[in-house]
Amino acid sequence: MTPMRRAGSVLLTLTLAFAGARAVVAQAGAPQGNAASGAKLYVDRACWQCHGLAAQGGGIAGPRLAGRVQVWAAFSAYVRRPAEEMIPYTAKVLPDRELADIFAWLRSLPQPPAVDSLPVLSR
Amino acid sequence: MAKPGSRVDRRKFLRGAAAAALTAPVIPAAAQPPADAPRPTAPAISPAQASQALAAEAAPLAAEVDALTVDNPGSDFMVDVLKTLGFDYVIANPASSFRGLHESFINYGGNASPEWLTCAHEQAAVNIANGYFAVAGKPMAVVTFAPSGLQHAAMGIFGAFSGRTPTYLLCANIPGGEDRRPLFDWGPHAMTDPAAMVRDMLKWDDTPASLQHFAESAVRAYRMAMMEPRGPVMLVVDAALQEDSVHDRGALRIPKLALASPPAGDANAVAEVAKLLVAAENPVVLAGDVARDEAGMRLLVELAETLAVPVQGGGRGMPNQHPLAGGGNVRSADVILALNEDALYGRLNRFRDQTVRGAAPLTKADAKILSISSYDLNVRSNYQNVERFQEVSLAIAADPQATLPSLIEACKKLITPERRRALDARSSTLAAASAQALERARVEATYGWDASPITLQRLAAEVWDVIKGKDWASVGANGGRLWNADKFYRTMGAVNGGGIGGSLPIAIGAALAHKKSGRLCVRFQPDGDMLYMATSLWTATHHRIPMLIVMHNNRAYHQEVMHLQRMANRRQRGVELAAHGLPGATISDPDIDFAQLARSMGAYAEGPIASPKDLRPALLRAIARVEKGEVALLDTRTQPR
Repeated sequence: MTPMRRAGSVLLTLTLAFAGARAVVAQAGAPQGNAASGAKLYVDRACWQCHGLAAQGGGIAGPRLAGRVQVWAAFSAYVRRPAEEMIPYTAKVLPDRELADIFAWLRSLPQPPAVDSLPVLSR
Repeated sequence: MAKPGSRVDRRKFLRGAAAAALTAPVIPAAAQPPADAPRPTAPAISPAQASQALAAEAAPLAAEVDALTVDNPGSDFMVDVLKTLGFDYVIANPASSFRGLHESFINYGGNASPEWLTCAHEQAAVNIANGYFAVAGKPMAVVTFAPSGLQHAAMGIFGAFSGRTPTYLLCANIPGGEDRRPLFDWGPHAMTDPAAMVRDMLKWDDTPASLQHFAESAVRAYRMAMMEPRGPVMLVVDAALQEDSVHDRGALRIPKLALASPPAGDANAVAEVAKLLVAAENPVVLAGDVARDEAGMRLLVELAETLAVPVQGGGRGMPNQHPLAGGGNVRSADVILALNEDALYGRLNRFRDQTVRGAAPLTKADAKILSISSYDLNVRSNYQNVERFQEVSLAIAADPQATLPSLIEACKKLITPERRRALDARSSTLAAASAQALERARVEATYGWDASPITLQRLAAEVWDVIKGKDWASVGANGGRLWNADKFYRTMGAVNGGGIGGSLPIAIGAALAHKKSGRLCVRFQPDGDMLYMATSLWTATHHRIPMLIVMHNNRAYHQEVMHLQRMANRRQRGVELAAHGLPGATISDPDIDFAQLARSMGAYAEGPIASPKDLRPALLRAIARVEKGEVALLDTRTQPR
């Protein structure tokens, strides 16, 4: 299977894992994270390698995280035991405290511009 | 062997000439007198010495000396043969083993049909030929020599083998020990069996021992290469056969070429496939490289529309924004039709390379898997390009494009009006899903829109916006779903360069094939790949092959960066170090100035461009240069993926 084909299934799974649980109380049990620290950790812990420096995803390696990460329980569970091709992160190399900072940074990312506001995409 | 008289005693002459060259005095440049120095007076010779010199000059050639001045060299005949095969181009990095053939192409053949292209590396030469075929649909001849040139060419040949490209190789060799120049030819220009080095990757090869043999094998090689499934072929060309005079040109005959028609599927088996497809509730077509031309694309579309079946893959054989392109799911499919799908196992199984390694089927247990493939007709054992074995319910060893007309006809006969209504309803559902997927792709592109380095989605969108009104063609790595690849020639087929370093020469060969039509050729170029064969840029500028190259310059071998990260995570060490790229996987410090590199070879270039707002004006300037016939490169700094 090519990386692109894998990415499609990864995207689907991740979407279900993160967004599908929105009915649950959004941040139940979520530790308090520091978004500024999370921005640095996102780079230092290599999340950017697959998901892009703006968490935009969309390439052949990893899906978008910006605007998609919603629920701490689903997010942290997936990072520890990914269902698909993502590199697993144990608590030894990425403690919950650091993961919470990354979670906070991802949730702090602003909404992208609307498609129709971008002439290149709307033409 | 040549006929008696055609190469009489030439080897002895060569031996004598070489010996003379070795014994002749050589005056070092530094020891020579300046040009304005008084000319020394010639030393006087005695009458006896003069008489002796005159006698030596006028004496008949010694028995062991051969005359090299010929009127009708064998390589002229070889050019006659190759001209009948219709090559537009022949490409090479020059070498003495084929000096005879090279001279004949230029002076005897007029350097036209085929025209000789100059390349700085044999691997690039083979890949330019691979890319040329992908667009032109006809092979380019590559000339190289054994062993050195052939070893350089090997990765390109592997690409032709993997991509089933009928690249036509002529490998010069000096088999005769007496023909080899001492000091020069014994090591780097001579082998016992050159083809052995690459035979596992060739569809066919031969070593003609005479000119008539060459003519017959040249025509056979062409037909073998072009017959489905296609593949690279090679003739080993004796250097002496090139250089010796033809004894009797009238006795030599060039056979006529007749290409073999591709094999179509057995009628009974095709009828069974049609029956299963028409009855299926959730069929999916998995298409590899199916279409050879625009007609093949129309057939694949007709199959999809007849059956309301989604087509995954298909490359240039399926318009990427067609409502039936890219939809469906093998997990829910009840019938799966694979057409020339050489990665079938990977498409139908889930493989994990994570904390655990394992594989499991994605398909339903009762799914019917059908295969129509010509790839079963030519399998090599050494190079494992067959993937893990995938069970199928029914396999037809045949060319899909040749089989599609009968399959479509068989399906149409089975579709009742009631079934048609059901298929139309399914078609509407799939079309709606396709439209939603396209809209999602537009929304996805907005994320990281203003990021620097530039996201690949922004880069693709900006390039698309300036080319969509033109007659464009992607010569590698197009912009994905947002680009409307509505014609067969918009993208390339399953062309393969054998690994990193192959794709730039492939793009140049493809752009050469598009040149006559005046299409705007565009390529996204990874930095790691560029570094392997950057010199092929000079081939593009030298031969005036216009194309736009937009760099995916992420300053890393990023695939390996991610693999090393995977290792660090598994071993729970050095994760932060790996996050910034372990030594050995990055291409920075210093960053490479690809614009300067391109300019050094005569291309128009700008960069580095790291801000997305600078993209559009740079693209417009670069396209203006390409439309004047130039090569233009934009060194764009991009996100890793």
